[in-house]
Amino acid sequence: MHSPLSTKTLSAGLAVVLAATGALLGCSKDSSKGVGETQAATTASAAGGLAVSEKEVVVGQLHSATGTMAISETGSIEAERLAIDQINQAGGLLGKQIKIIQQDGASDWPTFAEKAKLLLEEDHVACVFGCWTSASRKAVLPVFEKDNGLLYYPTFYEGLEQSKNVFYTGQEATQQILAGLDWIHKEKNANTFFLIGSDYIWPRTSNKIARKHIENVLKGSVVGEEYYPLGYTEFGSLINKIKAVKPDVVYAIVVGGSNVSFYKQLKAAGVTAQNQTLLTISVTEDELLGIGGENMVGYYAAMKYFQSLDNDNNKKFVAAFKAKYGPNSVIGDVTQAAYLGPWLYKAAVEKAQSFDVDKVVAASPGIELTTAPEGYVKIHPNHHLWSKLRVGQAQLDGQYKVVYESELIEPNPFPKGYQ
Amino acid sequence: MNAAIWAMQAFTGLSTFCVLLLMALGLAIIFGQMGVINMAHGEFMTVGAYTTYLLSEVSQRWLPGLTNWYFFLSIAVSFLLAGAFGLLVEHLMIRKLYRRPLDTLLATWGLSLIMQQGFRSVFGAREVSAKLPDWLMGSVKPSAAIDIPINGLVVIGLTAALTALVFFALFSTRFGIDVRATMQNRPMASAAGINTARVDRLTFGLGCGLAGVAGAAFTTIGSTGPTSGSAYIVDTFLVVVFGGAQSLFGTIASAFSIAQTQATTEFFMTGSMAKVVTLSAIILILMVRPQGLFALKVRR
Repeated sequence: MHSPLSTKTLSAGLAVVLAATGALLGCSKDSSKGVGETQAATTASAAGGLAVSEKEVVVGQLHSATGTMAISETGSIEAERLAIDQINQAGGLLGKQIKIIQQDGASDWPTFAEKAKLLLEEDHVACVFGCWTSASRKAVLPVFEKDNGLLYYPTFYEGLEQSKNVFYTGQEATQQILAGLDWIHKEKNANTFFLIGSDYIWPRTSNKIARKHIENVLKGSVVGEEYYPLGYTEFGSLINKIKAVKPDVVYAIVVGGSNVSFYKQLKAAGVTAQNQTLLTISVTEDELLGIGGENMVGYYAAMKYFQSLDNDNNKKFVAAFKAKYGPNSVIGDVTQAAYLGPWLYKAAVEKAQSFDVDKVVAASPGIELTTAPEGYVKIHPNHHLWSKLRVGQAQLDGQYKVVYESELIEPNPFPKGYQ
Repeated sequence: MNAAIWAMQAFTGLSTFCVLLLMALGLAIIFGQMGVINMAHGEFMTVGAYTTYLLSEVSQRWLPGLTNWYFFLSIAVSFLLAGAFGLLVEHLMIRKLYRRPLDTLLATWGLSLIMQQGFRSVFGAREVSAKLPDWLMGSVKPSAAIDIPINGLVVIGLTAALTALVFFALFSTRFGIDVRATMQNRPMASAAGINTARVDRLTFGLGCGLAGVAGAAFTTIGSTGPTSGSAYIVDTFLVVVFGGAQSLFGTIASAFSIAQTQATTEFFMTGSMAKVVTLSAIILILMVRPQGLFALKVRR
C-alpha cells in the first residue's frame, strides 16, 4: 500500500517541480530579453555601447606579458603605452582621457581569444591594441568580427588577410620582401638564393613569395629552401650545406631564440659578411640585442623602420622612448609599428568625430600620419599602410645603418602571381 | 661533395653528440639513478646560462683583465650556483616526494614555471647574450676549405672532461658506491650504514650542478632567455630514456646515435624532416626495446 502511494506523491511532486522549473525558465527567458532590451537602450545612448564617458574613453591592450612571446611583445606594450601617454598629455581624444585596460594573452592562443572576448563584451573597450603572432591574431579575429570590435595589429606578417575590424600597422609580406630582393639583386649582382626559415606560416608564406619573385621577376634561381623547428639550436649541418652550395645570398627568416644559435654558429664556422651576403627580414634591433652585434655585423635586414632613421620625428620618438624606459632600451620595427596604432586611432576618431566602430572604420582610409617615426604613412582602403622599405646593415653596436630606402609602397595583401 | 664538407659534417655530428650528452649527463643522474622526473632540469641549465651572462657583464665593467678567461670561471661558478640551488630544492621539495614519482613530475613542472617567471622578472623578457671572448668565437683552419669552430671544440673538451669526472665519481669513489647502493636497494643500503638522505641530497645537487655547467656551455652556441632551458628538456629526456634510464653507458650511446642520425639526415633533407625521421627511428626502436638501448640487470 505504501509504495504506490509514495510513487503517486513522488510523481505529483515531480510534476510540481517540473512546472515550477518551466515557469522559472520562462521567467528567466523573459528577464533575459528584458536585459537585452535595456542594453540596447544604453547602446543607443552611449556611442555604440562602448565604455566612453564624459571624461574618459577606455581602450584595451592585449599582448603576451608572460610566456615565451613576452620577449617580442614587451616592446609593443611599451610603445603603445608611450603613444597613449603622449596623446593624453596633449589633451586626449575628443577631450577625453584614454584609460587602458591591459590583458595578458600569456603566449597562449585560446587565452588571447578569451581575453579579447572579455575586453569587448565585459569592458566594452572602444578599441584594442594587440596581438603579435599570426596565430594569436587568427584566434581573436572571429571574436572581433562577431562583436564588431576594432583591433590595431602591429607585426609585419604574411598577408592573405583583410578584415573590416582590423588595421594592420606593420607591413604585409610583399611590402617587406620584393623591394629588398630587388635591391640585393641589383646592388650585389645576386642571382642564386638560399632560403631559410623557421617552420611555421609566416616564414613559409614569405619564402614562397620570395621564390616566385626570384624565379619570375629577377630570373635568378633558388638553390636551397630549408625549414627548422621553432627553438632549434643546432645549425651545423645547414651551415655546411650553405658552404657546399655557395649561394650569392642567404635569405633568412629564422625567428626567436633560434636566431641567436644561427648567427653565433655561422660566425664560429667562419661565415661572415666578408665571404657571404645575407639578407634577413626577421632580425630587428630587439633580436640583435640577443644575438650580439659582433655576430651579425655586415649582414643586411629589410624592414620599414630602423632605430637609427635620421629624421626629426624619429629622434623625438627615440628620445621619448628612452626617457620612459631607460637609456639601454632598443626599438625594433614592430615596436615602432605598435606606436603608430594609437596615433592612427586618434586621427580616425577625430575625423569621424565619434568613437563608434563603424564610423571610425569608415573614416580611416586615406588618413595620413606625417608625424610617424618611420616618416609618412597612409591608411589604404584594404586596412594596411602605405610605407617605405629600408635595407639596413648591422653594426657592431647592435644598430642598423640604413643603406637603401624605397619609394612609398602600396600594400597588397593578396598579391596575384605570388600565391 | 668534397672532402672538406665531409670533414666539417663529421665534426657537426660530433659536436651535436657532445651537446646532447652534456644536456643529458645531469638528468641521467637525477632521473636515471634517482628516478626523479625533474621537469625543471632545463631551468637549472638556464641558471648556468644567466650566471655566465652576469659574469661576462661583471668582467666587462670592472675586471677587463678577466674578459678573455672569465668563461672558465663561469663554468665553475655555474656548477656551484646551480648545485647549491639544487640542494635547496631537494631539501624543501623533492625530499618529501621520493615515493610519489608522478607528484614529483607535477611539482618540478610547477617549479620550472616559477623559475621561468623568476628569470623574466629579474632579467627581463628579452633574450640576452653573454659577450664571449673573441678567441672562443673563431675557427681553426687545418686547411683552406675547412673551418672547425672553436666553441664546438670547447664543448667537446668540456663534455669529455665532465663525463670522465662523473664516471670517476660514480665508479671509483666511496660516494659513488654509496650512490649506486642507495639507488639499487635503499633499505639494504640504509641497513649497511649509509646515510641515504644525505646521498639523495648530494646526488640531486650534483645533477643540478651538471645542468648548470651545460647551461654555461650553451651560451656559446645558443641564446639565453627565461625559457631557453625548456627548449632542451624534451631532447634531454629523449636521450636518457632511449639510452636506458639507469645506464650511463646507455646515455652516451643514445646521445651518439641520436646526434649522428640527426646530423646526417639533416644534411640530406630539411631540418624539420630530419627531426621527423630521427624521432620515428627512436619510436620504432623503443617499441622493440622498451627498456632502452642498455638495461641494467637489477634484482627487484
